[in-house]
Amino acid sequence: MPQYMLSVLNDPTVDFDAMPETEIKQIHADVDAFNDAARQAGKWVFAGGLAPIESTTTVDNSGEAPVFTDGPYSESKEYLGGFWILSFEDLDEALEWAARGSKACRGRVEVRPFDSAGD
Amino acid sequence: MADVEQVFRAEYGRVVAGLVRRFGDIDIAEEALADALVIALERWPADGVPPNPAAWLTKVANNKAIDRLRREKVRDEKYAEAAMITDDTPAEPTGPVTDDRLRLIFTCCHPALAPENRIALTLRLLGGLTVAEIAHAFLVPETTMAQRITRAKAKIKQARIPYRVPLAHDLPSRMSAVLAVLYLIFNEGYLSTTEESVREDLCSEAIRLTRQLREASTPLGPQPEVVGLLALMLLLDARRPARVRDGVLVTLPDQDRSAWNSAQIDEGHSLVRQCLELNRPGPYQIQAAINAVHTDGPDAAATDWSQVVALYDQLSALAPSPIVALNRAIAVAELDGPQVALAIVDDLDLGSYHAFHATRADLLRRLGRYDEARAAYELAIGLTQNAAERAWLAGRRDSAGP
Repeated sequence: MPQYMLSVLNDPTVDFDAMPETEIKQIHADVDAFNDAARQAGKWVFAGGLAPIESTTTVDNSGEAPVFTDGPYSESKEYLGGFWILSFEDLDEALEWAARGSKACRGRVEVRPFDSAGD
Repeated sequence: MADVEQVFRAEYGRVVAGLVRRFGDIDIAEEALADALVIALERWPADGVPPNPAAWLTKVANNKAIDRLRREKVRDEKYAEAAMITDDTPAEPTGPVTDDRLRLIFTCCHPALAPENRIALTLRLLGGLTVAEIAHAFLVPETTMAQRITRAKAKIKQARIPYRVPLAHDLPSRMSAVLAVLYLIFNEGYLSTTEESVREDLCSEAIRLTRQLREASTPLGPQPEVVGLLALMLLLDARRPARVRDGVLVTLPDQDRSAWNSAQIDEGHSLVRQCLELNRPGPYQIQAAINAVHTDGPDAAATDWSQVVALYDQLSALAPSPIVALNRAIAVAELDGPQVALAIVDDLDLGSYHAFHATRADLLRRLGRYDEARAAYELAIGLTQNAAERAWLAGRRDSAGP
């Protein structure tokens, strides 16, 4: 079955630190429930939440020697906060699950298929 | 020759939709059908058009596709696995057979595609228009349009946009996305945003595609909004011959009603009656009903304005928008006078919409506030590219005075 990456983009306008703990807990519970549902429905491949963006190191070894830089390559205020890799029949199914995932994590989700050209 | 091309275009959507289902790939389907056209152009002028041209084209295109796939040494499994989803489920022997065109239009109008790409794909695959014709209709270079269509087809393949009728819980929203695409095509023809005032080709094409959709969606049960949209288009399009005179827009009250297409008006009225019987009102049906009132009676003076206002009230309740409120105000002006209407219009936040200023200008003019009226006409002129509309507005501006 084709796989899709569902990327969760952090929303720079939402301050999770300022959120009441009960709400944070609720988000975690909703995401856990979504993950369980995806596993039970046989959609699950892999998922992960990423550490804060400040923990990023950029490595560029396309020149003569590797260059290590503190921080992400892109200076965009929007960055990947976490992702799901799930398998679906088609885009309609992927969009339906992405809508549920977006509701659970209170954020925008980008749906992108894996390149199937080499299959 | 013209005959062959006419038949070809009429059958294009049906045949290509069947081929997409069979081969699971839009490009294979289109190439095969293009090959079949070459053969039709050779044979039909001599042998005559076959009694069932769609079946003939399907058969020839099928063979061509298989030849091509063999030539390219693509194995059966490979093309069966082509990235696009195919629905091989045989039709239920007792259930309705779904028209392949219905699946295809839902693919072309999928919400994951950008609106302009939905329009282009629909005209290409269901309308059978060439890329050059679509590019011309939307005044973009042919290479731009070709790229747009290629990219949209690539997304369908890579993201696996399915080729099937949406599930029941998605159907209403997906159907309204399809209707929105058809209405956009119609409106681009009817209220051209370009200098050309009316582009009949797009209006006729939108009507043809909506008829196609109505026919193809029969197995889904009555679709009152599809009927409503068809009625709306017919009632608007019927007035086309009277809408522009000597390059100047003619508004409804001043139109020569004898120039209207009476067959289309009759059909539109009869479709509106069908909608009323189905009793599941929706925005297109109500707009069609409003246009049925406008086309009822021997002249504009006979218009039943209280009926028009009542229909706009119903429309506002179902699909509220400032544009609906603006149109409602125009009807209110006929019932309760320009002062009441102006108060409604002035509350609307539509400053960048030319019709807002044109409506205000007309109301101000009727109230004898000529300086303000002229200024409002000026604003309206600055906001539209449509040549006939500009000419009409300029005429109104110049004649506004005591």
